[in-house]
Amino acid sequence: MKKLQILGTGCAKCQALTKNTEAAAKALGVPYELGKVTEIPAIMKFGVMSTPALVVDGVVKSQGRLLTPEQIKPLLA
Amino acid sequence: MNHAETTLTPLAESPAPRPVKVYVLGSVVLLSAWWLVYDRLATVAHWLTYDLGGLTAGTHFASALEFFIYEVPKVLMLLTLVVFGVGIIRSFFTPERTRRILSGKRESVGNVLAALLGIVTPFCSCSAVPLFIGFVTTGVPLGVTFSFLISAPMVNEVALVLLFGLFGWKVAALYLGTGLVIAIFAGWVLGKLHLEKHVEEWVYVTKTGAAADEVAIDWPSRIDLGLEAVRDIVGRVWLYVLLGIAVGAGIHGYVPENFMASIMGKGAWWSVPLAVLIGVPMYSNAAGIIPIVQALLGKGAALGTVLAFMMSVIALSLPEAIILRKVLKPRLIATFFGIVALGIMFVGFLFNALL
Repeated sequence: MKKLQILGTGCAKCQALTKNTEAAAKALGVPYELGKVTEIPAIMKFGVMSTPALVVDGVVKSQGRLLTPEQIKPLLA
Repeated sequence: MNHAETTLTPLAESPAPRPVKVYVLGSVVLLSAWWLVYDRLATVAHWLTYDLGGLTAGTHFASALEFFIYEVPKVLMLLTLVVFGVGIIRSFFTPERTRRILSGKRESVGNVLAALLGIVTPFCSCSAVPLFIGFVTTGVPLGVTFSFLISAPMVNEVALVLLFGLFGWKVAALYLGTGLVIAIFAGWVLGKLHLEKHVEEWVYVTKTGAAADEVAIDWPSRIDLGLEAVRDIVGRVWLYVLLGIAVGAGIHGYVPENFMASIMGKGAWWSVPLAVLIGVPMYSNAAGIIPIVQALLGKGAALGTVLAFMMSVIALSLPEAIILRKVLKPRLIATFFGIVALGIMFVGFLFNALL
């Protein structure tokens, strides 16, 4: 079970990243649970300064970028 | 936006590295093609208007149409090239790296560095709050943080390309130089005022985690980042460029000469503060406002007034104030906006007096 988290305060890019991450996980067929982190103190705990960010199993994999599903796939492997 | 044609290579499993030669050769070919088209835009616009369109030279409609046909592709081509280049430059400057450089820097040196880094660090106003907290909780002085927050939105590549394309390099350089000076001084003054207690208390108790390890990034990924920037920025502003230039073309063709002289001319001293006052609540992006302002300049508006107006529209906006309200108390926001507005007015008066 992969624990995926999208960090962001709810901007359009954050929602798009959530969608793309789900698409990537489904395409790979990996079981996952997806959560959103929208509170700023919680986002800051990850040391992230530019949103949206993608966190996989507690590790920040990307920040400040809206990745495509193709770009997300290798990050979930 | 068309995503189908821009599917990117996955980041991790990089394909066999292409030799540097391929990139150099590719860049040369693409740049030459770009230049061949760019260089002929004026001729083509003239031909389309007068030969193909059969319009009579000298009429209002013909000059407006020629202006539009010439300026739209010119600005969009410049924008694509510069945004791509800046996207690649920005792949070298992450917010984390900028923070590391600025952390613990003395003021003055820190203000200058922050203003300069504001140009090249990727910044989106939607992450202004996490960035602000990340800076001030890890040892970047408040005034230095402000220098960054002023310079990052004000001195941006879209504004500079439009200024260069429509006004020429001198005005673009003036904007760049004075924008940096305002960011440096306003940040320095704000630092001297010791306003730390007007930052919301929760900011300083927020624990900022250690920054994520930076992933080494290779050239194909940098080029991807450049393309992403083009897709994102040009995709967002092209419509404003089109509308702005259309209105600008209308003004060029139809508004009488010297129409603006009495309102925005040099003679009216109050035009500079008025321009700033109107500019602050306006939230238009540079792409829409600059072509209109350029047309006004041709109708007798003074350059200082025009610069002050553009700067206040681009640098200070109500949405930004609302975003920053989460971390700054009202007095600090008011002081921040007040000092930047004063700096902009000073620039306006200076250029009206000098030029």
